[in-house]
Amino acid sequence: MSGLEALLIEPFAAYGFMRTALVGLAALALANGPIGALLLLRRMSLVGDVLSHAVMPGAAFGFALAGYSLLVLSAGGMVTGLAVAALSSLAARNPAQRQDVNLAVFYLLSLAAGVLLVTAHGSNIDLMHVLFGTILAVGLPTLVLMALLASASTLILAALYRPLVVEAFDPGFLQAVSGGGNIYRLIFLALVVLDLVAGFQAFGTLLAVGPLLLPAAAARCWTRRILPTMALSAALGLAAGYAGLLASYFLNLPSGPAIVLAGGALYLASLPAARYRPDLARPPGVPA
Amino acid sequence: MARPEDRAAAGGGYAEAAWALMRRRLERAARQGASALRRHFDGGYAPDAAASVAPPAVSVVDLTVAYQRVPALESVGAEFPPGSMTAIVGPNGAGKSTLLKAIAGILRPRAGSILLAGGGPRDIAYLPQSDEVDRGFPVSVGDFVTLGRWRRYGAFRAAPAAVIGEARQALETVGLGAADDTPIAALSVGQFRRALFARLMLQQGAVLLLDEPFAAIDATTTQALLRLVKGWHEQGRTILAVLHDLDQVKRHFPRTLLLAHRVIAAGPTPEVLRAETLARAGFDIADAAAAS
Repeated sequence: MSGLEALLIEPFAAYGFMRTALVGLAALALANGPIGALLLLRRMSLVGDVLSHAVMPGAAFGFALAGYSLLVLSAGGMVTGLAVAALSSLAARNPAQRQDVNLAVFYLLSLAAGVLLVTAHGSNIDLMHVLFGTILAVGLPTLVLMALLASASTLILAALYRPLVVEAFDPGFLQAVSGGGNIYRLIFLALVVLDLVAGFQAFGTLLAVGPLLLPAAAARCWTRRILPTMALSAALGLAAGYAGLLASYFLNLPSGPAIVLAGGALYLASLPAARYRPDLARPPGVPA
Repeated sequence: MARPEDRAAAGGGYAEAAWALMRRRLERAARQGASALRRHFDGGYAPDAAASVAPPAVSVVDLTVAYQRVPALESVGAEFPPGSMTAIVGPNGAGKSTLLKAIAGILRPRAGSILLAGGGPRDIAYLPQSDEVDRGFPVSVGDFVTLGRWRRYGAFRAAPAAVIGEARQALETVGLGAADDTPIAALSVGQFRRALFARLMLQQGAVLLLDEPFAAIDATTTQALLRLVKGWHEQGRTILAVLHDLDQVKRHFPRTLLLAHRVIAAGPTPEVLRAETLARAGFDIADAAAAS
């Protein structure tokens, strides 16, 4: 076996858990790419952060109820995530309220409540699992659930693509022409929650937003058009997952943080490309 | 005794019948699903709606609109006859944009109603202020203008080639002919306003709501866009425009609605834009004096 093969393929050929992890990361990357790109385009990265924390109290409550039950953990996380998405959507209608303060307060409260719940019913190791995930311990049922959630969010995004995109930059127009402005904001937030719940088994509630934002941020440096951003973001997400898994295998690092750091490295490497913006050239022969 | 072939044939017939039944059920479920999807998520799709230039009479009846508890409009009543061209004037924060948004169906009134006699919400097209659109969003000018024909192709279908042709033509008309593939982020303020006008043209509204259509653009662009608006007026469309330049209102808009949370005055422009009514609306005395 050549050196390169030993480096790039052998870990996956030798260990089933590495293969499962890679397949799970591929499913996540495909779902996260388009949603993350849209999240950045809407300038809602902070909201993504907060929603990932919103998954925490529900998951912790599920853990307190049923221990490591995949379904209960995920359902709990989904419920609190969606509840917060709905609340923030309602609050967005009120321009008088300071959104960022609410979000910051909420972020802290859900983290504290989640930690309290988990430690009351489990050990520090359980806490680490909820906060940072365990991609290498992902089994077949978890993999299937991740794939189902990721597929659902991708299919819904594909079906409602046009109204979701138009609502992102001109909500008033959508409301005037089609009458369903606010509902699309809510649907989009629900899709973010779906992706976060899909990712939280692997990355934990603290890091689940990383694979959502970092590849999309890196992709935005290379292209400004929407569909290419989404595709590139999915590809970069998969690349970060692959590289992070290998790093964690050979250097004996925790896998979740390694993958997030790999995504961060891709973003830093992409930053210089963002300086060139040929797309901002004025069209020729058009009056200013 | 039945021969094996017969039995197989009978069984085959049964399976075929079952399959046909199942296929009919599936097809019906798919049709129902598609129509439910359309009903819930594609309310704007109305390809058969005739684009008529005969506008409905717009009546605003006792309209109150509030942001949280702060009312922006209180008991506003106004009539906009078919084919009229009205300027909506008032000090900052008077509720001018709020009135247009309520008529466009973007804001829900707290009380009162908006009546469209002889038409419906589909007859209305709305030109937003430029800052209500995220101009950094990566969408090309051509795609942006094509959206104007939303009712023709809705949320799920691709824009037909004819509509893309119409969008090109509209861009040509507003002087953005070469900007089809340019992202809207590359447009100047004036160019972007031209793109908004092109999208409005594609909407083919019989009632046009223009929110500060000439704000912050140069004289050349203002003249070009004003010519378009006058052309629409001559075609018989109803026009409501929020404006700040009182001279412009006097020169080009036959009717005026003066607003300051409530209606201060309404009617022919020379009667409405008098120093006394302007002062009552809360305009600076200097402004009012300049206007009279």
